[in-house]
Amino acid sequence: MSDAASGEGIGQPVRRKEDFRFITGNGHYTDDINRPRQTWACFLRSPHAHARIRSIDTSAAEAAPGVVAIFTGRHVADDGLGGLICGWTVTSKDGTPMKVGPHPILALDTVRYVGDHVAMVVAETLADARAAAELIDVDYEALPATVSLSACQSAGAPQVHPEAPRNTCFEWELGNKAETEAAFAKADRIVKLDLKNNRLIPNAMEPRAALGEFDKGTGIYTLHTTSQNPHVARLVLSAFVGVAPEHKLRVIAPDVGGGFGSKIFIYAEETACVWAAAKVGRPIKWTADRSEAFLSDAHGRDHLSHAELALDKDGKFLGLRVKTVANLGAYLSTFSASVPTYLYGTLLSGQYDIPAIYVEVDGVYTHTAPVDAYRGAGRPEATYLVERIVETAARETGIDPAELRRRNYIRTFPHQTPVIMNYDTGDYEASLAAAMEAIDYKGFPARKAEAAKRGMLRGIGFSSYIEACGLAPSAAVGSLGAGVGLWESAEVRVNPTGDVEVLTGSHSHGQGHETTFAQLVASRLGIPLANVEIVHGDTDKVQFGMGTYGSRSGAVGMSAIAKALDKIETKAKKIAAHLMEAAVEDIVFENGTFTVQGTDKSLAWAELSLAAYTAHGFPSSEIEPGLKEGAFYDPTNFTFPAGCHICEVEVDPDTGIVKIAKFVAVDDFGTIINPLIVEGQVHGGIAQGIGQALLEHGVYDADSGQLITGSYMDYCMPRADDLPSFSLGFTTTVCPSNPLGMKGCGEAGAIASPPAIINAVTDALGIRDIEMPATPARVWTALQSVASRAAAE
Amino acid sequence: MPVVSMTVNGKPASADVEARTLLVQFIREQLGLTGTHVGCDTSQCGACVVHVDGRAVKSCTMLAAQAEGADIVTIEGLAKDGELHPVQAAFREHHGLQCGFCTPGMIMTAVDMIRRKPDLDEETVRDELEGNICRCTGYHNIVKAILAASREMR
Ligand code: FES
Ligand code: FES
Repeated sequence: MSDAASGEGIGQPVRRKEDFRFITGNGHYTDDINRPRQTWACFLRSPHAHARIRSIDTSAAEAAPGVVAIFTGRHVADDGLGGLICGWTVTSKDGTPMKVGPHPILALDTVRYVGDHVAMVVAETLADARAAAELIDVDYEALPATVSLSACQSAGAPQVHPEAPRNTCFEWELGNKAETEAAFAKADRIVKLDLKNNRLIPNAMEPRAALGEFDKGTGIYTLHTTSQNPHVARLVLSAFVGVAPEHKLRVIAPDVGGGFGSKIFIYAEETACVWAAAKVGRPIKWTADRSEAFLSDAHGRDHLSHAELALDKDGKFLGLRVKTVANLGAYLSTFSASVPTYLYGTLLSGQYDIPAIYVEVDGVYTHTAPVDAYRGAGRPEATYLVERIVETAARETGIDPAELRRRNYIRTFPHQTPVIMNYDTGDYEASLAAAMEAIDYKGFPARKAEAAKRGMLRGIGFSSYIEACGLAPSAAVGSLGAGVGLWESAEVRVNPTGDVEVLTGSHSHGQGHETTFAQLVASRLGIPLANVEIVHGDTDKVQFGMGTYGSRSGAVGMSAIAKALDKIETKAKKIAAHLMEAAVEDIVFENGTFTVQGTDKSLAWAELSLAAYTAHGFPSSEIEPGLKEGAFYDPTNFTFPAGCHICEVEVDPDTGIVKIAKFVAVDDFGTIINPLIVEGQVHGGIAQGIGQALLEHGVYDADSGQLITGSYMDYCMPRADDLPSFSLGFTTTVCPSNPLGMKGCGEAGAIASPPAIINAVTDALGIRDIEMPATPARVWTALQSVASRAAAE
Repeated sequence: MPVVSMTVNGKPASADVEARTLLVQFIREQLGLTGTHVGCDTSQCGACVVHVDGRAVKSCTMLAAQAEGADIVTIEGLAKDGELHPVQAAFREHHGLQCGFCTPGMIMTAVDMIRRKPDLDEETVRDELEGNICRCTGYHNIVKAILAASREMR
């Protein structure tokens, strides 16, 4: 029976293979793993946003019960360990490279944000480690701090790094300034908007954790950690930090409880645990508590932007100019420089034919936690800006928002935008039309009137988004400053019994790779899904890989598997030709069976597999025994998922509470392997987007630099009763730049939804703008000023 | 150190614990039942929900000593004789989990919810899930799974 017929093939909503262990409590997350003679680490963190460390006295702590060792920045430096790095170099418009301040694993003489790492206590129990950390006496000289994006570049602002005057890491530009100025000069209308993209704290439900081990006999270090890309972690820890040579370091990312970008990065705690394991000669475990996660996980977004859109008299877009200040936090995190530049500026054309675009981005340091990629990374910020200003333009010109979008959609492909990207394919009109149909756009006025009868304000908002996924190709990202290649690897191992292990460099932390990747393999080889095992997340098993982020695992990771499967098929056919005494050109492989064209000779997959290993039936001088192939796949372009989200909200004018009445998402992800999993990805993304638009905000106190939103008491996570059920639809244009036609679906929801919601809220309130998150307090305040304005008129 | 004794997943369990040991620590560290998770330090995420004498409880809000003599069921004890509990099966069927970290707490909460409220509707499920945070699923499929399980168990 073929896989498709059995419901396991490509495009089938196969129930996940990985679920059994999670629903029965048998997952293995890092914190679930314990070792004999294990010790516990606790990190002493800076209580100041900015301070000089005059001295650290650890004597009392060292004498405390259970303490095994205490490490400070001095120990780290004396051991010759390097600091943490940023793997992407951005060049300023004057041609100078970005200005990078050192990022020590444990602070040496200065702390630069609340939560910065000062010392590491290793003790017999976690309670001992925590108690001892309290006894460390740090003599701080508190210094003035800057946490404000708008003030950090001014002359008198406290400096985060002496290397970066005016706290400016880079002043980057993209696009054509002169052409853009010329476009604005001939515009009939210029629409202007100031926007804030609020700071978010990722909050994967599993906090970061590490278990560092050192084997004295072999000199091999092992780090179990909550990572989205264990191989990159190993490379950085080896080549840049210098913990151990690469072949003496094994990094394992077992089950990982969500990442959303925050577990891409190489952090101080994980690094310190594996390094110190050799020093103390015992395993060291560390698991962040939620408060530590709030303080020290890399945050997301945090932009301040001014945007201007030039239109002609018919509402055609002529040009877009943007000035953005992007918060990088106190140190550059692993990929932070790329996020507000190449993952942001390059998407400012949206779905529109905009002939001239010019964007300037200042990346700035503040005394706050590092800011790096969080679900969408740069693309939500770009989409928010584009879709907010387009909606504002629609209101100011009086053109229906759908119609204004239509007039400006890109309709021929490939399309070269003025900001690097070359869109390969798409049909924006199709997703807009499907979304308008699904939400019943025509019926909106009636729904609004009905809501008004109930005293509610109903509004509708559009978001026509595009993103660039499948982060790649390597040469392209290299030319833009990436320090890594962005291909993916795969190895397909066929066992003598015919079952298959697939080793992938992608990493699953909720995305369901064990199922979707297996669907691809099972359908290609014509074997049951149960006979395919996906292996990932261990540098000892998988030779190298780039990991999972940027919605790249389908388009890039699965393409690598497809490429390895091509090689498997080629070799298997050669073997089959020998076994069935036929010409290799006459061998047909279908539904798990090799046949010789025009004959009744056939060979089952399992027979062929066994024959490959017995190697009796073919000349091993010509064909090597065994059946195992690997591939590295480097795509030819980014992929460009796109679609249209439409949101309807109802605002209660008495309380300012915004309720999402309807949410429709129509996405074009190209080929879909498993619709159940894809829908789940969209749901989760939309929820995070609703969180950004209505609930979540990472806030530092302007004076003290303390993180005010440091727990679930003050950081408003989306709960079930904050969200509606979502209505999803799909349109399809097949991606031409990878063999499977996939585009990526992991981030779309978080990218598309915030502007749809804010467009709906501002429509409901009849106002031009409201800051995210549109909390009840903000909405209520906005309503009061609308009311007082109305009263005055 | 006081000795605490209770029944966990039908088997007697007892250990010397420090007085400050939380029930969740006892379950994870003493008993090695790591299906129950810890996702916060302010008793808000629900990753740690277990059943104490048949009722859903956040095991991070309770001392092990307070569970003396209690009958505890954790996610590991939910399936009977190799048969998934209908709520477990529904989570799988409706893709109510992604990373799986919130899942044990979600399932234990859902079982209790269905027991208390046999006539669940979407709004009630969403209200009842107020104490369980999931960052992956947007709750859409969790709600669907709970409603499906509750229909099946009626
Ligand atoms: S760990 Fe118990 S509620 Fe979060
Ligand atoms: S499935 Fe990941 S937190 Fe719920």
